[in-house]
Amino acid sequence: MNISKVAGTNNKHKVLVYALSTCVWCKMTKQYLKDNNVEYEYVDVDLCSEEEKNQIRKHIQDKGAPLGYPTTIIDDQKVITGFRKDLLKEALEL
Amino acid sequence: MTTIEEVKRRAEADAKTFGYYLNPDPNFLQGLLEGLKRNEERYGYPSCPCRLASGNLDYDRDIICPCDYRDPDVAQFGACYCGLYVRKDVYEHKTELAPVPERRPAEKQMRSYQSVSTEVEAKAATAPEREELVQITVGKKKLWYCKQCGYVVFREDPPYICPVCKAKRELFAEIKTKVDFFG
Repeated sequence: MNISKVAGTNNKHKVLVYALSTCVWCKMTKQYLKDNNVEYEYVDVDLCSEEEKNQIRKHIQDKGAPLGYPTTIIDDQKVITGFRKDLLKEALEL
Repeated sequence: MTTIEEVKRRAEADAKTFGYYLNPDPNFLQGLLEGLKRNEERYGYPSCPCRLASGNLDYDRDIICPCDYRDPDVAQFGACYCGLYVRKDVYEHKTELAPVPERRPAEKQMRSYQSVSTEVEAKAATAPEREELVQITVGKKKLWYCKQCGYVVFREDPPYICPVCKAKRELFAEIKTKVDFFG
């Protein structure tokens, strides 16, 4: 799976974003993390193979979250669906 | 090949017809139009840029822009799921544009993932056809008619404006239907 890493000075948490390459809300999420110097990884799900898409679906659903994008997973525990600035801010202690 | 201008023209025409506005943020709008263009190029139809499409037209029909969920989403949240179509007050910045929760049923979303879509296909092959019919009638959709020109539409709420004569939403009335088996 093609996981892209974006460096940042804030690496308190492990942040993974499942995004779509065409989605503006996903772009806003990535930008928000970048603007706050948060180190994060992201995967553009629409560019993945069918097998990888299924792995991602399982990962999201195993966390009990809905299948929407962006899905931000923090420390492989907390899941935030959609560009929810308020929730990201709280979870990442920004 | 479709150009951004064509995608934009199409969206503008549709917004005008149904009384919506396009996202007022030029960068946001540009991003959405590029996403729609990209999807049209790779799938053959402009599916929602903010939803994972399967690439199978039969599964993606409901998320081809303007998607089946736009009307109730704009009415309830002021914008459609991706934010392309907005309500007048959002366009005029009187209401802030906020993320819209997903209204598309989970089972339809699941069809964009291959192993699941094969299961769905197998199920569909054995399921009786009438199931789909039942689903349509138990929805919240109603028949509405424009009191000014007679245009009839089947959806949850009447449109903001009549696409034919431009009458306001208030001029739409519900058509009450009753099925009487005894004639």
